[in-house]
Amino acid sequence: MTAAIAIDGLEVIFDRFRALKGVSLEVRSGESFGLVGESGSGKSTLLRAIAGLAPVASGSITVNGKKLGPRRDKAFYREVQMVFQDPYGSLHPRQTVDRLLQEPLAIHGFADGEKRIQRALDEVGLGSGFRFRYSHQLSGGQRQRVAIARALILEPSILLLDEPTSALDASVQAEVLNLLEEVRRRRKLTFLMVSHDLAIVTHMCERLMVMQGGEAVENLTAAQLVAHRVTEDYTRNLLRASEGFVRTA
Amino acid sequence: MSGGPNQQRSMSALLDVDDLRVTFPTRSGLIEAVRGVSFSLGRERLGIVGESGSGKSQTGRAIMGLTPPQARISANKLAFDGIDLLAVSPRERRALRGKRIAMILQDPKYSLDPVMSIGRQIVETLRTHEKVGKAEARDRALAMLEAVQIRDPARVFDLHPHEVSGGMGQRAMIAMMLIAGPEMMIADEPTSALDVTVQLDVLGILDRLVSERGMGLIFISHDLRLVSSFCDRVIVMYAGKVVEQLKASELGRAQHPYTRGLLNCMPRIGFERHPLPVLDRKPEWAA
Repeated sequence: MTAAIAIDGLEVIFDRFRALKGVSLEVRSGESFGLVGESGSGKSTLLRAIAGLAPVASGSITVNGKKLGPRRDKAFYREVQMVFQDPYGSLHPRQTVDRLLQEPLAIHGFADGEKRIQRALDEVGLGSGFRFRYSHQLSGGQRQRVAIARALILEPSILLLDEPTSALDASVQAEVLNLLEEVRRRRKLTFLMVSHDLAIVTHMCERLMVMQGGEAVENLTAAQLVAHRVTEDYTRNLLRASEGFVRTA
Repeated sequence: MSGGPNQQRSMSALLDVDDLRVTFPTRSGLIEAVRGVSFSLGRERLGIVGESGSGKSQTGRAIMGLTPPQARISANKLAFDGIDLLAVSPRERRALRGKRIAMILQDPKYSLDPVMSIGRQIVETLRTHEKVGKAEARDRALAMLEAVQIRDPARVFDLHPHEVSGGMGQRAMIAMMLIAGPEMMIADEPTSALDVTVQLDVLGILDRLVSERGMGLIFISHDLRLVSSFCDRVIVMYAGKVVEQLKASELGRAQHPYTRGLLNCMPRIGFERHPLPVLDRKPEWAA
């Protein structure tokens, strides 16, 4: 039994605000796991804490059997990469796609950069025509593809996905979700994906955790959610809300 | 409620739009954001759905008179209650705006004045359009805040926008828009910035007030499913044009491949499809 990510009693405190109140979680290797909740539930904070972007007060995070200290080393970032919500904010506005993709390769000392950039762009369906463009010359969906290519170029085993499609149109969202599923299957990746949308999480993930106010509300399999076999009222409310507006006479 | 609609008028159209075009000059030539949109609105809930760049928001803004000055608007007809909106003076247009036609925007964080208390903003709207005393205006503002289900109106009256949540801010916005008793409301993505559960509360309030007051509502959104659960009729826009108009209840029988594609490509709980069907955009849709 290998856990790709194991979290135990994680607390994150910003000044005096407890954003995460002792959350525990285990994501198996090769699994796709979803974190669901409304704004302020701590779902993104949990993801950021794994990536080393949030102040962890106590608790432990173990990735691929290795317990993480307060600082992440280079080897960690070869294993774990992140895709952010806003494709407009997460790409450097004055760097070409080529330069954006070279950066992680240079940091990690890869020699065969040329080949890897070609391959990464092909893999996300962009082709070499996009290589020397700036991010403002791309659409939202194309930018998110570049962000995914940048995450994949180091060949990580775990992807942290923070609302990767919520800034995109529905039709583009479908394309990006399909791409993510395809790379996961091909590379046998582990996904930890944050979303406020239950439909997206049940589509992409085998298991999920519902969060509210910095705490885990319940753990479910996607199948349980689809069958409405949930135990907490909060989850039931979320499910009902996801079905759209119902007029009460 | 003052000035309830008489029966006869409620039968005829509140808004008539025929061949509306909005054109923006850019360095690389003219861009037509809205290309010949026609529809009419009675005292009903009409949804306008489309993706980014479809021209849905520019359609709403043109009706409201909020098109940027460099853009050109033309139409065979753009009439609200028989008033030709393209011919009226800016002054008459201002008198309509807020009084008879109201608009709610996406994010209350940006559409409320950050340095004025919520109560003062509502009172300001009311006193711009009606001659009422300070005390009466305050009472009506408090009553309006209560009508949008704010539990402690007196407290919220004195709060500033940054002190309230998104859902509360959007309710305050609705209160401000409804206080002058408009006959038509344009809501541009009114709940997209809100959490799903809050979204439904706000929609419920909007729905009740619109039907109680017999208003016409134009609900602009990218979310086809949400719109069809809320509206009576839906217009689907693509590349500045209306590709399909249908009753919300008949969405399942949509004919246009774009509408069907848009409905299909969203993941749905209980309908497993891998990979998701994607839209195969045809150039002739935009023709």
